[in-house]
Amino acid sequence: MGKQFKFLLWVAVLGLGLAAVSAIALNRGESISAMWFIAAAACIYAIAYRFYAAWIAASVLTVDATRATPAERLDNGRDFIPTNKWVVFGHHFAAIAGPGPLIGPTLAAQFGYLPGTLWILVGAVLGGAVQDMVTLFFSTRRNARSLGQMARDEIGPIGGAAALIGTFMIMIILIAVLGLVVVNAMKHSPWATSTVAATIPIAMLVGFYMRNFRPGRVLEASLLGVALLLLAVVGGGWIDHQAMLRQWFDHEGLSLAWAIIAYGFAAAVVPVWLLLAPRDYLSTFVKLGTVILLAIAIVILQPQVHMPALTQFTDGSGPIFGGKLFPFVFITIACGAISGFHALIASGTTPKLLANEGDIRMIGYGAMLLESFVAIMAMIAATVLEPGVFFAINSPAGVVGSEAVDAIAKINSWGFAVTVEQMNQLASDMGESSLFARTGGAPSLAVGMASIFGHAFGKSMLAIWYHFAIMFEAIFILTTLDAGTRVGRFMLQDMLGNIWPKMGQTSWMPSVMLTSGLVVAGWGYFLYIGVIDPNGGVNILWPLFGIANQMLAAIALCVATGILVKSGKFKVAWITGLPLVWLLTVTTSAAWQKIFSDDIRVGFFAAANDLAAKLAAGVLPLEKAAVAPKLIFNQQLDAYLTVFLVVLLWVVVLDMLYVLYRYFSKQPLMPLTEVPYQPTRLLDNWVRD
Amino acid sequence: MTALARLWKKIRHLGHRVRQLSGDDAYEVYVKHHAAFHQASVDAPPLLSRKEFFKYWQDSQWQGVNRCC
Repeated sequence: MGKQFKFLLWVAVLGLGLAAVSAIALNRGESISAMWFIAAAACIYAIAYRFYAAWIAASVLTVDATRATPAERLDNGRDFIPTNKWVVFGHHFAAIAGPGPLIGPTLAAQFGYLPGTLWILVGAVLGGAVQDMVTLFFSTRRNARSLGQMARDEIGPIGGAAALIGTFMIMIILIAVLGLVVVNAMKHSPWATSTVAATIPIAMLVGFYMRNFRPGRVLEASLLGVALLLLAVVGGGWIDHQAMLRQWFDHEGLSLAWAIIAYGFAAAVVPVWLLLAPRDYLSTFVKLGTVILLAIAIVILQPQVHMPALTQFTDGSGPIFGGKLFPFVFITIACGAISGFHALIASGTTPKLLANEGDIRMIGYGAMLLESFVAIMAMIAATVLEPGVFFAINSPAGVVGSEAVDAIAKINSWGFAVTVEQMNQLASDMGESSLFARTGGAPSLAVGMASIFGHAFGKSMLAIWYHFAIMFEAIFILTTLDAGTRVGRFMLQDMLGNIWPKMGQTSWMPSVMLTSGLVVAGWGYFLYIGVIDPNGGVNILWPLFGIANQMLAAIALCVATGILVKSGKFKVAWITGLPLVWLLTVTTSAAWQKIFSDDIRVGFFAAANDLAAKLAAGVLPLEKAAVAPKLIFNQQLDAYLTVFLVVLLWVVVLDMLYVLYRYFSKQPLMPLTEVPYQPTRLLDNWVRD
Repeated sequence: MTALARLWKKIRHLGHRVRQLSGDDAYEVYVKHHAAFHQASVDAPPLLSRKEFFKYWQDSQWQGVNRCC
């Protein structure tokens, strides 16, 4: 290709990108084609990857393709293995992309499609993808050290401890909110509940198959499992029509929450091969398959987005969660734009497979762009629904009332057309008894996906598509729940091991039981409160999760900025410094509002005081009065938790700034811990065969 | 090479990648590694059977954070 042709090509990409962004930003019509979203995303990603990421890799990080990576130097044939870049990309993407990028955009759609979409695009190319790539690079240069170890080595022990505690807290809150999402998807839905329940024995069967029956035949076993999962989706529909059987799977939220808590404990205690590992294979296959299918369906169908660009809820009165556009859209959408959790994968896990530094841009930056694209698809799936339907599904009973007529009247009063008949028809199409107040994002995403799939691949199967989508979300939510509980257990064992060494033995049963129990009790508590909260719980837990996740991202960016400055690259340290400043602004102002706001739907203390006053005045109905003391305690606990997270964040930031101060005043510093150069001996095509 | 043969090669290549990605070929990789690194040494660790290796490998996959939100 000639130089001029390439130049013209990039001008065309830029032109199309600008046109697409203007189209979605300026559209004030009834609806807009989802293709504009796809076009805007594709052009922005292409330009960012080709120019910004390439510049960072070449000029800021100066990746060196001749330098041996830890995978090569420490190759042990087991976890350190130089691996083909596409395979590493697949592993990395499967590890970073969980349910987060599906749920966040769905919730943030209450502001309209525009704020969330712009943040997903801009946040990913300037923030999230940069964070993932630089963290991957720095960890690769440091023998695949974890984020916590790098924070300790490069900034100081405080930074290291903060990263560790932050990770632990995110884990607890994340699992609780994900558990809540699954509970809300299964509540009084025998079809969904039986399908999700069936995934447990299926995973165990797959586990036996690859452990004992045909050891190591991962692919065979997974294909068998995926076939059984599809059968379980169809079988759930059959169960739903059996008067006897359906009763067994028709449960209140609270009983389902207890079941999830018991399951979580069991999953953390049994060996990984029985449940966790096989479930993970299934969820990875289903996840990749569904994401590809959704992309194809959107391109074939080119659905219309019906949500307005901006709704009146930018003023903070939104039904799904309270709080203004700034800062809450930026913490509601973490995964998909920037997610601190990724830094844990990009350090420690992925560098052990990386064969060549030259692949860092593709794996670190590229995989995040793909996750961002998943978030865009989730945004499309949420906004193709009529806004009235979207709000009917996602508004908690505590906001719109528990009777269908009241809910519809309330939603109509906001200016969104929807009728009781329409909702009933939709519920019956989807094979559910009701779709009102199904908070958490999973059901509305499933309705959106089912309507896209239904239109693209046959409308007669709407109910099957809906429950397929629910199974798809539930299976990897449960994988995250299992894996997270186990990681939390290891971290706790590690911490307790410092006090009493025996507790640190990961296979000592009393320690396993105790630490698993503590971790499950931690997230189980928040899950329990979320279920009994008439406002749905998601409105409290999701912002808390967002703050925690952005705090971890800020810690990762602190570490990266600190290393860049210590390496004498102050002039280009803005690549992580600017996203860091933005995250600090967003996280601190969100935390500030969650703590001090007088709005009872935003401020934790305000909500606690309001409820306490109502309880004292005796104006609460009996059932609400019964749970009020627990809710009051929880709101206060959440407030203190927020204070703790934001203090932790600022401690790390100040610690990093102190390192910079010492650097510029030429005082002694902790040295860079980069491993010295060794030339690679891997021939280029050795790993690329 | 005919178009069909090229297509077949592409499909096999893709199948190879899927095996790599899922860890289906982990044992073969290990055997290769063992042959390459330990063949000549006197105190070489014994070659594990497929079943033993799989246990070892699967457990080592789940030691750290490998799944995210």
